[in-house]
Amino acid sequence: MSKSGRSIPAPPVSPETRPFWDAAAAGRLLLKRCEACREPHYYPRAICPFCGSDRTTWLEASGGGVIYSYSVFRRAPVPYAIAYVTLDEGPTMMTNIVDADLDALRIGQRVRVRFTPTDGGPPVPTFAPA
Amino acid sequence: MTIKGKAYIAGVYEHPTRKADDKSLAQLHAEVAHGALADAGLTKADVDGYFCSGDAPGLGGLSMADYMGLKLRHIDTTETGGSSYVVHVGHAAQAIAAGKCDVALITLAGRPRAEGMATGTAPRNYGAAAPDVAFEFPFGPTVVNQYAMAAMRHMHQFGTTSAQLAWIKVAASRHAQHNPHALLREVVTVEDVVSSPMVADPLHRLDCCVITDGGGAIVVTRPEIARSLKRPRVRVLGAGEAVKHQAGGKIDLTYTGAVWSGPAAFAEAAVRPADVKYVSIYDSFTITVLITLEDLGFCDKGQGGKFVADGTLISGVGRLPFNTDGGGLCNNHPANRGGLTKVVEAVRQLRGEAHPAVQVKHCDIALAHGTGGSLATRHASATLIMERES
Repeated sequence: MSKSGRSIPAPPVSPETRPFWDAAAAGRLLLKRCEACREPHYYPRAICPFCGSDRTTWLEASGGGVIYSYSVFRRAPVPYAIAYVTLDEGPTMMTNIVDADLDALRIGQRVRVRFTPTDGGPPVPTFAPA
Repeated sequence: MTIKGKAYIAGVYEHPTRKADDKSLAQLHAEVAHGALADAGLTKADVDGYFCSGDAPGLGGLSMADYMGLKLRHIDTTETGGSSYVVHVGHAAQAIAAGKCDVALITLAGRPRAEGMATGTAPRNYGAAAPDVAFEFPFGPTVVNQYAMAAMRHMHQFGTTSAQLAWIKVAASRHAQHNPHALLREVVTVEDVVSSPMVADPLHRLDCCVITDGGGAIVVTRPEIARSLKRPRVRVLGAGEAVKHQAGGKIDLTYTGAVWSGPAAFAEAAVRPADVKYVSIYDSFTITVLITLEDLGFCDKGQGGKFVADGTLISGVGRLPFNTDGGGLCNNHPANRGGLTKVVEAVRQLRGEAHPAVQVKHCDIALAHGTGGSLATRHASATLIMERES
């Protein structure tokens, strides 16, 4: 159980994404960047979704971003906030906003990554107000 | 090659049940197939093309061909979620135009109520091999909170309000009161919608569609066969389909694939939005309708809230009657897939067979639109334009 009381299922780890989850366990957020077209992307893939190149490399994100959109799921036994956060590096990712007053969230709010434990797997990147 | 005028919708059927405890899934598919063929004046022996999607049991099209005893020379099991059946009509028209089949049967059926499925409120896990699951499922994405994020962004960016969204539900309820099969027949007000319990900010319970069992079917034929039948003729004018995804993280929740499927269908049909007398718009949630109307060009981007307010979508009141059967918001959303019933009500309107209280006068051109998947991040949009042949 996380601090919010919602049990977070473990993410399935594949050979393609293991470095991401190993980094998450060490408290670092990784993206992928394409060496051919220089575009960063998320979620991370071996093959660049923009140009199709297989020359993709891991890039450590600064961990800062802003809320692009969010929704507090009121019907859940323990209400939680799902969100899309736009990272300072450009890509927008799905996440949860944690350690926050869920009634005071707003689009454009600055947030910073943290890592929330899961049920038997690596921690997942979540965000809290900066 | 265009499909314009190459195929006709000869039969449609919507199952009257909304809770099918006493029927099997295969049985429901076969019952709706029989209904649409009877509506057309055709029989099972006339069918040589079959279309179904992920709701079909077992091996899908193969299991259903086996159950129903179909002799097929064309099969298409394209899966684009709830928009599949709108896609299927376009694909059936293509197959007919190419001579691959003469009578195409499309079926949809499901039993989510009988099975007690938590359709919109339980996170759906598509399996560990789905490439996005590890990066999304832990965060609790449900159907409703994902659509809610699109609504939240639309409100932030364009000033759209809950009261404006509520007008979409109000219009659906005004229509559903005349449909004896509709799950919800009570007329609601804007105040009823915005004071209903919040499910996922900013979507209230009454912003969400119903969960129903049942299904529907469509029969598409060659022009020569359609002309030999006794039913009013509905000609396929144009079809467009498009897939929108997350673009590697360049996520924009303010538009859907309708910005591509719509112009493709309008171009093929050689009509403009102003020519359309009736629209069936996929209405999983009120926000789905609002964004789709913008994307199809019925109003400018960001102006959907103002467009739908004050009854624009109410038949007999506003200038763009929509979902006159009550839609997914009030009538029926069989198998959690609303695309097929969108085509059915559009055909009823073109034939002049909608309920008299909601029948659109001089309804010569109608549009049906499906949205399948997760709004604005992983979905297929399908637009179909049809004409009454006088």
